[in-house]
Amino acid sequence: MTILGTDTAVADASPAPAAVRSPRRIGRRLLANAKVRIGLTIVAVFWLLAIVGAWLAPHDPNELSPDTLQGPSAGHWLGTTTTGQDIASQLLAGTRPVMLVAFGSGAIATVIAMVVGVAGGFLSGWAEEVLSMLTNIFLVLPAVPLMIIVASQLPQVGSWAVALVIALTGWAWGARILRAQTLSLRARDFVQAARANGESTRRIVFFEIIPNLATVIATSLVMTTLFALLAVVTLSFIGVTSLSDWNWGTVLYWAQTQQALQRGLWWWFIPPGLCIAILGMALALINFGIDEYANPRLRIGSVGAARLRRQGIRPRVGFTPVRRTAPARDPLDERRAG
Amino acid sequence: MPFLLRRLAFYAVTAWAALTINFVIPRLMPGDPVQALIARFQATGQVSPEQTESLRILFGLDQDVSLWTQYWQYWAQVLGGDLGLSFTYFPTPVSEVIRQTLPWTLILVGLATLISFVIGTSAGMVAGWRRGSLIDGLLPLATFFAAVPYFWLGLIAIALFAVTFPVFPTSGGYDVGLTPGWSADFVGSAVYHGMLPALTIVVSSLAPWILGMRNMMVTVASEDYVTVAHAKGLPARRVMMSYAARNAILPSVSTLALSLGFVVGGSLVTEMVFNYPGIGLALFQSINAQDYPLMQAIFLILTLAVLAANLVADVAFVLLDPRIRRAT
Amino acid sequence: MVTDPILEIRDLRVDYGYGADAVTALSGVSLTLHRGEILGIAGESGCGKSTLAYAATRLLPPPGLVTGGAVLLHGAPGTPPVDLLSLPDAALRSRRWRDVAVVFQGALSSLNPVHRIRTQLTDAIAAHDPSSTRRSRLDRARELLAMVKLPEDRLSAYPHQLSGGMRQRVMIAMALALEPQVLILDEPTTALDVVVQKQIVEQLLELRERLGFSVVFITHDVSLLISYADRIAVMYAGEVVEVADAESIYREPRHPYTHALLNSFPPLQGPRRVVTGIGGAPPDLAALPPGCRFHPRCPYRMPACAERHPGLVASPYPGDDGRTVACLLHGTDDTTAVPAALAPRTRSRSA
Ligand SMILES: Nc1ncnc2c1ncn2[C@@H]1O[C@H](COP(=O)(O)OP(=O)(O)OP(=O)(O)O)[C@@H](O)[C@H]1O
Ligand SMILES: [Mg+2]
Repeated sequence: MTILGTDTAVADASPAPAAVRSPRRIGRRLLANAKVRIGLTIVAVFWLLAIVGAWLAPHDPNELSPDTLQGPSAGHWLGTTTTGQDIASQLLAGTRPVMLVAFGSGAIATVIAMVVGVAGGFLSGWAEEVLSMLTNIFLVLPAVPLMIIVASQLPQVGSWAVALVIALTGWAWGARILRAQTLSLRARDFVQAARANGESTRRIVFFEIIPNLATVIATSLVMTTLFALLAVVTLSFIGVTSLSDWNWGTVLYWAQTQQALQRGLWWWFIPPGLCIAILGMALALINFGIDEYANPRLRIGSVGAARLRRQGIRPRVGFTPVRRTAPARDPLDERRAG
Repeated sequence: MPFLLRRLAFYAVTAWAALTINFVIPRLMPGDPVQALIARFQATGQVSPEQTESLRILFGLDQDVSLWTQYWQYWAQVLGGDLGLSFTYFPTPVSEVIRQTLPWTLILVGLATLISFVIGTSAGMVAGWRRGSLIDGLLPLATFFAAVPYFWLGLIAIALFAVTFPVFPTSGGYDVGLTPGWSADFVGSAVYHGMLPALTIVVSSLAPWILGMRNMMVTVASEDYVTVAHAKGLPARRVMMSYAARNAILPSVSTLALSLGFVVGGSLVTEMVFNYPGIGLALFQSINAQDYPLMQAIFLILTLAVLAANLVADVAFVLLDPRIRRAT
Repeated sequence: MVTDPILEIRDLRVDYGYGADAVTALSGVSLTLHRGEILGIAGESGCGKSTLAYAATRLLPPPGLVTGGAVLLHGAPGTPPVDLLSLPDAALRSRRWRDVAVVFQGALSSLNPVHRIRTQLTDAIAAHDPSSTRRSRLDRARELLAMVKLPEDRLSAYPHQLSGGMRQRVMIAMALALEPQVLILDEPTTALDVVVQKQIVEQLLELRERLGFSVVFITHDVSLLISYADRIAVMYAGEVVEVADAESIYREPRHPYTHALLNSFPPLQGPRRVVTGIGGAPPDLAALPPGCRFHPRCPYRMPACAERHPGLVASPYPGDDGRTVACLLHGTDDTTAVPAALAPRTRSRSA
């Protein structure tokens, strides 16, 4: 759950957009990145499963059957539990709540982060101090225990309650990077110029600042969604959320309580974890793509380096590569004639 | 030293906020679960009147007293070290449960985090310095481990290294036959039991360090002073360590502090999976037993621990960055 | 003043970028620095002056790429020169700073903010002379600071505790730590106010008298070069367009760009002239005009200028010994084509 740990790439090597870029252009540039495309495809597949998964499921996830503890087969794609429930159906039924909570609380948290972060970057005096303090407090408070004490004291812990609890504990990271970026934008020429022209603060925020925050907002959204994904399955796994709602964490909860590990029932605990890991990886990939877009210095990855090496070029600081090619001689160039 | 003073003030406010959250949440929630529990234990005559009173103050069961008075009573009681009774380990006081479990967590999570930081930062340093090297290729793997929940990695680790290939014990913090103490047997057994959980925490928390340090190395490598260091003809190692990495690590140190909250959260669940006798397991049991006093105390104590670790990171930061010493 | 060369740059070519989208920042620059001289390099912003300084020392950061040429460093008379661009890493590293030291543009960011001045002065000495003692290195650092007239207590200061001028002096002191033969200064004074600028340049001249190193002085401020440099090379869009001694450049520029450049600065001394800017903008390196790169902005352009690229050749006029210029106006049979401003002054033109 620590993928959120470092925000250095965003906060310190932030891009220097000369002026507003249209969201559509940013979108097109991002889609040119293979990592973003792969990540988005995976997310789309999971959304599809979230929508049609319940109908696709071959069994009722709660249905008990005499076929207990069976390995994967044609009838039960991912085997069955100690009570003969179909694990594949449980996973399919659990996709929708997971997606809704992860993306829902990711979105809510990002909205909170935008309000707090942009306002914090724009206000001054005590209001700014308070917002910044609030952000920092929520950053250091350990999120999991906080979510547990809030969620476990709620009388009913349905999907929306969980989404809200996660959003309320997970917005601070996004607020921090948004605030940093707003502060740096505020000092830029084009914002100063807009101010000098007497444009209203509201106009500046909505037309100059927010469009230029697009990549940071996207980063915040993606990473908070990842945080929410890990948080919701964690909460379900430790049994804080309602067990009547299926979700990947709940499947793991039952696997753990029924000693699936000790009994070697790998089909019970491997697939749910893989679902989480693949979705999480997809979100991380999208974030890599955004990072590379925002900070082009990161772009020469291993692939580019390998191609350059074949040409005999090793780009590095301190020792400029030298590759003497026969200079393309201009026939009219008199330089070497005399 | 204004920087540290400012940070101390911030920690004071955060600690206050954590305590206040503990005060507010039970009073906001509609149900009265604690009331029900008290009634149950009172019926069997196991709870003394003072203990009931302390729980009333902590959870706001005295409706006739003003909120303001409740707040003061609450503070007075918490500062006196009375965090109520644990229902899970009835009738042990919560503070006693914490005293027994906290050291396990501090050592396991503290060491694992430190190891992860050192390994991850070093790997990130090399990956950022030599783009396209082997470690750069390792990055996707590390990201995969960061994108899976700690507890699942823990489950896999147990399935692999404790069940299929029984190299490590499946659960617990030490051999049940031993009595806790500073004997060689006990320490050896504790280290042995701690190995697999620690490994899980290290592996899952590695990626952010690698990534953050790598990105900072790439950024710092194009700073003028690094070029100057090359121009001076310094040995490659010195340029990397004392010019690039020395500066690139600064943001990592400041995020080390911030990400501790996340690491602690994930590690707690790892403890649950491994049945490790730390605070995470206590938290898990308190959830099942609806042991609200214990849950809240754990939140509080973990916040304080994270704040203390933050302070250490701040001091390190001040020592590493001369500019901060002057900044106000 | 013709002495033997110490640093020869031959046909240096540099690209930014590695693939199809690479732009050529230097297209065949040749220059010679003689022993003991100050060679000034002038040109508008973006013409490739810094690129030249970095590439000549192989310090150009990615995406820089040297695509051709040589940088010959001459040692003691009789020994063959070495090509800095062909040296293996270790050999290049040991030559850096000991033979060629560089003060880069923007000393503000050239010092590492987390190390004391002392550390940054002495670590170069330690790297090149491992047998030196800590004491001797410290003594040397103190001596160096004294050389640039900084109090010795600044040794234990951090860069952020120094003013811009002080930092620039520290950089100069650092560059002289190993008594290099060649000192390359890239706009050493640009960010400073005029008074400090003058102080630093004069201190440098004094040190050169004392220590006898040769200097490549890069600046966009030609007037500064005219007062201090021995010879001046003028660059335009990645090429050298004219080289001559400072006096001649000032009195009789041969290239229209040199002429325009001179007129765009008020002279520090000597007769005042009207200051005019240079019309137009420097060309985009990715889309250079055909023929002479300056012709779109040149007031004296001829039809041929758009077609033929002029090479840097010896100036054809008697008395112009050692001058080179890359302009089609000169050296044609039709001497009337040469505008008065660029023609030799003292000799009468035969019709
Ligand atoms: N990383 C880069 N990628 C692409 N082009 C670059 C890069 N760095 C520099 N250039 C181009 O190379 C040219 C030469 O730049 P250089 O810094 O050498 O100019 P300069 O003469 O030193 O200018 P100044 O007087 O402003 O210092 C410029 O036109 C610049 O646009
Ligand atoms: Mg320059």
